Amino acid sequence: MATRSYTSRRELEQHSFPPAVAILVPLAAIVLQALLPRPFPRLAILDLPLIVTVFFAVSRRNPVAGTLTGAAIGLLQDALTNQPIGVNGMAKSVIGYIAASIGIQVDVENLTTRVLINFGFFLINSFLLYLINRHLLGLTNFHIQWLHELIRAAINTVVALPIFFLLDNTKQRE
Amino acid sequence: MESFFTRFKNVLVLVAILLAQTIGLAVQVRRPVESGAPDSSKVTLLRYWAVSTVTPIERFVHAIGYNLRHGWSNYIDLRHTRQENRDLQEQIARLRLEQAEFAEDAMQGHRLQALLNFQQHYVSSTVAAQVIGTSGNDLSRVIYIDKGAKDGLKPDDAVITPDGIVGKLRDVFPHTSQVLLINDQTSGAGVLLASTRVRAILRGSTTGRIIINNLTPDSRIKPGEEVLTSGGDQVYPRGLPVGTIESVDPDLDHQPYTLIKLRSAANLNQLEEVLVITSTQPTLPAPAQKDLAVASLTADAQAAAKQLAAQQAAEAAEAAARSAAQIVADRLPSLHDPDHPDAPATPGATSAIPGGVVPKPLPTNHPDRYSPGSTLPAADLKPGAANPVPATTSSPSSSPSVPADPQTTTPEKPRKPKPPTSETPSPTSTPQQPQAF
Repeated sequence: MATRSYTSRRELEQHSFPPAVAILVPLAAIVLQALLPRPFPRLAILDLPLIVTVFFAVSRRNPVAGTLTGAAIGLLQDALTNQPIGVNGMAKSVIGYIAASIGIQVDVENLTTRVLINFGFFLINSFLLYLINRHLLGLTNFHIQWLHELIRAAINTVVALPIFFLLDNTKQRE
Repeated sequence: MESFFTRFKNVLVLVAILLAQTIGLAVQVRRPVESGAPDSSKVTLLRYWAVSTVTPIERFVHAIGYNLRHGWSNYIDLRHTRQENRDLQEQIARLRLEQAEFAEDAMQGHRLQALLNFQQHYVSSTVAAQVIGTSGNDLSRVIYIDKGAKDGLKPDDAVITPDGIVGKLRDVFPHTSQVLLINDQTSGAGVLLASTRVRAILRGSTTGRIIINNLTPDSRIKPGEEVLTSGGDQVYPRGLPVGTIESVDPDLDHQPYTLIKLRSAANLNQLEEVLVITSTQPTLPAPAQKDLAVASLTADAQAAAKQLAAQQAAEAAEAAARSAAQIVADRLPSLHDPDHPDAPATPGATSAIPGGVVPKPLPTNHPDRYSPGSTLPAADLKPGAANPVPATTSSPSSSPSVPADPQTTTPEKPRKPKPPTSETPSPTSTPQQPQAF
């Protein structure tokens, strides 16, 4: 019964998205992320592509899809920076994989769960970026201010909640 | 085997993607070696695809915002324009005067540079560009501008605003360019502290601050000092403003160096329009030369006016002093020149002799060799020769002279000079006797 319930739950709550949404929403997140800090410099603290990555990963509940979505969004984000291409790609690939794996296990429709997973994934993303920059790329002068990262995680969590509710309307139940 | 891949499909996909990206990173960090340099061609191609995808949307959104903003400010919100125009005119006049004050120094500087064969680079051409986007990542401080290779831009061109330097071009695409800001952690520039003339290297940091961390402690370096580009990095022309020193602290990570934090002159967080320096030249550009000539003329006119005012003031003061001296001369006895009894005897009168007229002594009744005027001029005297009998003022006809026929004279032995007598001076005792050897 338990096995049947687990399988049914996963099958019931797997969602897909129209191709236009699957392409345009990440693209819009990246463009907005590039546009907003120009008139509002403080909005550079946001990470809209990461919010979108987490949303698609936990909604699809498919680790492979989550990994690929994270990689694509991260690589596109990297291409607009002066960093080597792959820094955000690797971090978001891992985030997509973990988010999809967690989405299978827990109810991601719950508000508290959403708050926790968003907050947690933003901290994990910062930690992954630190590891990649400091140890993989060998940037010894790369530092992370953890208080700043906590504030960033909190702000992004607050921003993520309405975006999640907005994107819930685009879901297609399989 | 099939079950293994099926079972671990998710993890294997993740590992494969991470491995591919790791290899990609390894290829990229192998080159370029230089920090902040443009990417290799393959990486540039990837960036080009991404930029080509994103920047048209950015350009479109920026154009909408720009037109709305400028439509409002150029056609609708024209209040206070006249007042603003008047203020600007006054500002131009004030700046012209300030420019005139610096013109002389500038020209002297150019002369000295020419004398020392000093290579100076002046900005000769710039391209104005609009900022259309950012990287969207606070670990990567780059912006995108709406001009590219088709507009004559190339990598490593300096990007400035009228306030100060902004950064340099990193990747240049046909219609878009990526600008690496000076506060990015991979950025650097050669700078010069304006008052202490200390050279240093400026760097960005992960927090977006501009720092100098290659200087040892120096008590002369104080907060508030201006920092200029030194021109040593071959990117930024010399003398452009960079910012001001905000704080000077010991660098705890790199002892014994100091950590100097700067506040950038240009507002790097809200850039709207920038200028890209596309070329420099060793001489002043024509508009600058014209400005300098105008400033020089203004300075000359100012100097002439100042000189005229000073001259008029001096004349007025002299006239006042003369009238005062006239009053004193009328009341007090003064010296009179006996040769020119009619000459004015006032002390304030102008005279060729410094200090005024020197009174001449009265003629003596019995002149001797000590009488004034009885000694020959020093040029006529000869060492070792006997003292001539001087001519006296009383009997100029009996003055010693050279004998008419020097052949008839007989040389005498040197003897003690007799006291000269005015009546019969001996011709043989004249020092003007030519000596034959």
